Amino acid sequence: MTTMSLPIPAAAAEPWLLRTWWALKNSWVLARRSIARIAREPEQLLDVTIQPVIFVLLFTYVFGSAIHLAGGGSYHQFLISGMFGMTMAGTAPGTAVGMTTDMSTGLIDRFRALPISRAAVLAGRTMSDLATQVLGIVVLSATGLAVGWRMEHGIGDALLAAGLALLFAFAMTWVGACAGMVLRSPETAQAMGFIFFLPLSFVSNAFVPTQGMPAWLRDFANWNPMSAVAAACRNLFGGNVPTPDAWPMQHPELAVLIWSIGLIAVFAPTAVYLYRRKVLR
Amino acid sequence: MSETYAIEAEGLVKVFGRTRALDGIDLQVRAGTILGMLGPNGAGKTTTVRVLTTLLRPDLGTARVAGFDVRTEAAQVRREIGLTGQYAALDESLTGRANLIMVGQLCRMSKRQAKQRAAELLDEFDLTDAADRGVKTYSGGMRRRLDLAASLVARPSILFLDEPTTGLDPRSRVVTWDAVRALTATGTTVLLTTQHLDEADQLADLITVVDHGRVIAEGTSAGLKAKVGGERVLITVAAQSDLGAARNVLAGIADGPPQTDPATRTVEAPVDGGARRMPEIVRKLDAAGVLLDDLGIRRPSLDDVFLTLTGRAADTAAESEKEAA
Repeated sequence: MTTMSLPIPAAAAEPWLLRTWWALKNSWVLARRSIARIAREPEQLLDVTIQPVIFVLLFTYVFGSAIHLAGGGSYHQFLISGMFGMTMAGTAPGTAVGMTTDMSTGLIDRFRALPISRAAVLAGRTMSDLATQVLGIVVLSATGLAVGWRMEHGIGDALLAAGLALLFAFAMTWVGACAGMVLRSPETAQAMGFIFFLPLSFVSNAFVPTQGMPAWLRDFANWNPMSAVAAACRNLFGGNVPTPDAWPMQHPELAVLIWSIGLIAVFAPTAVYLYRRKVLR
Repeated sequence: MSETYAIEAEGLVKVFGRTRALDGIDLQVRAGTILGMLGPNGAGKTTTVRVLTTLLRPDLGTARVAGFDVRTEAAQVRREIGLTGQYAALDESLTGRANLIMVGQLCRMSKRQAKQRAAELLDEFDLTDAADRGVKTYSGGMRRRLDLAASLVARPSILFLDEPTTGLDPRSRVVTWDAVRALTATGTTVLLTTQHLDEADQLADLITVVDHGRVIAEGTSAGLKAKVGGERVLITVAAQSDLGAARNVLAGIADGPPQTDPATRTVEAPVDGGARRMPEIVRKLDAAGVLLDDLGIRRPSLDDVFLTLTGRAADTAAESEKEAA
C-alpha cells in the first residue's frame, strides 16, 4: 500500500481562482456521476425522449387539424418551436425530482462532509440535467423532421436556436434546484411539476397563438418566458411567426437572453443559500 | 493544549422543536485514540457526530476538530475528517468502484490516483469481487463496508463512525472492527458511536456514556466496570433443594451477601479474585454434597454499567427500537 498524502493545501492560503477551478472540477465530477447514473437507469430520460415524441404526434395529428394559424403556415412548423420552449422549461421539475431524491438519501451527507464547494453539488446536478436536454433537442428535432418540420433558415440559425434553448434550460434547472430544496420528497416534486408546471406551459404560445386568449391570459402568455423561447425558435427556424404586441414577442431572442440570465442570477444563489440553510438545521 | 486533543467539544446544545437532542455535551478525544460513544437510541449520539462533522450547527457550545472550529472553520475541518453515517451514503446506481473513484476525485486526486486508491480499499475491505457491480446489488454488510471505505479515501486523520456495525452480519462486523483497529495503528483518531456494549468494549480506549443529550459517565471500559463492582461467582445447582446449601457455601467466601434465584436455580455473589478462589468453592460445594449444573465467574458487562448509571438496561432501548423497525 503506497501512501499518498491528501493533495489539498491549507484552506486559508488558497486563492479564489484556484478554489473556483476546483469547484468547477468537482461540479464536473458530480455531473458525470449523474450522467453515469442515467446510463444505468435510462428510464430517467423518459421526459426528454418519449414525452416529446408523444406530444409532437398528439398535437400534429390530433389537435393540430383543429388549430388554424392566422396568416397560414403549417402547424407542425409552429409546434416544434413551441415544443422547444416546453421541453426546455420541463427541465425544472426534473431537476427538482433529482435534487429531492439526492437529499433524501445519505449521499448528500457524504458530499457535505467532503472538502468541496457547496455550489458544486448543485452545479453538478444542473450540468447533468443540461446534458439530458441536449438529448431532448436531438430527439425533438428528429421527431420534427419526421413529421415535416424543417430548419428553413439553415443550420447556423438552427444552432443559434438550440443554443438559446439550452441557455434557457440551464436557467430552469436552477429554478428546479430551488424547488428541490424547498420540497420534501421526490413524490411531492413530481406532483408539483404536474400541478403547476403543466398548466403554465399551456398558458403560452407553445401550442396555439396567443391572439385568441382573453386579454389577461394573453398578457401572461406573451410574457411567459417559455413563449419567448418558442417565438425565438420560430424566428430562427422559420415559418409562421405571429408577433403579438408585447415586447418579448417583438424581440424574442433578446427576451430569452434576459430571462435566462435573470433567472440564473436570482435562482442560482438562492439555491446555494437554501442548500446551505437546509442542511445546517 | 488543543494539540493533544483531536476532538474537543464543550457544552454542545442542539434543540429540535421541543426535544433537547444535545443538552451540554462535553467531549475530549486524544489524537490517535478511539473514543466509544455509548448510549441508547435517541441519546444524542448521531446529533453529536453531525455537529462535529460540520453537518449541523450547534445552538450553543463550541467544538474544535483537528484544532479547527466546526462553526467558523468548517472547510478546514472537512479536510481532516472522514464520516460513515448510519445510513450508507453511496450512489446506489453506480458500481462500488465508481463510488470510491468519485470520492477520490472530489478529494482532488487525479483519475489515476483515485483509481489506485479505490483498488486498495476494495481489496482491504474484501470487495474486489463485487467492485464492478452496482451498489444496489450489494448486501447490507457489503454496503457498510463500502461506505466505510469511502470515508477513508482521503486518508482522514479523524474518522467518525456512527453506529458502524448496526445491522451487520458477524463477518462484516469483524471486518469493520479489524479495519478500525488497523486505522488507529496508523495514528488515526476515531470517534465511534454504538448501542452495542461489546463493541465499545472491544474497540474503544475510552468510553463516554451518553443519555438524554448529556454525558453521564466516562472512562475506560475497566474503570466503568469497576464502578459497578468486581467479579461475581455464579453457581447453578442441579436440584432446587440444593440451593440453600450452595448459598451457605458462597456466603462463607463471598465479599457480599449472595443472591439466590430459585427460578433459574442460581446463587450469585461478589467474590474478589474469583478465579483464584474457585478451587476452594468447588471443594466446599463438593463437601456439602451439592450437585452442580454450572459454575462460573461473571465479569460485569457494560450492560451492568448502563443499568447502574441510568437505572435501566441499555438493551431494552435497543430492543424496543428493533420492534419498532
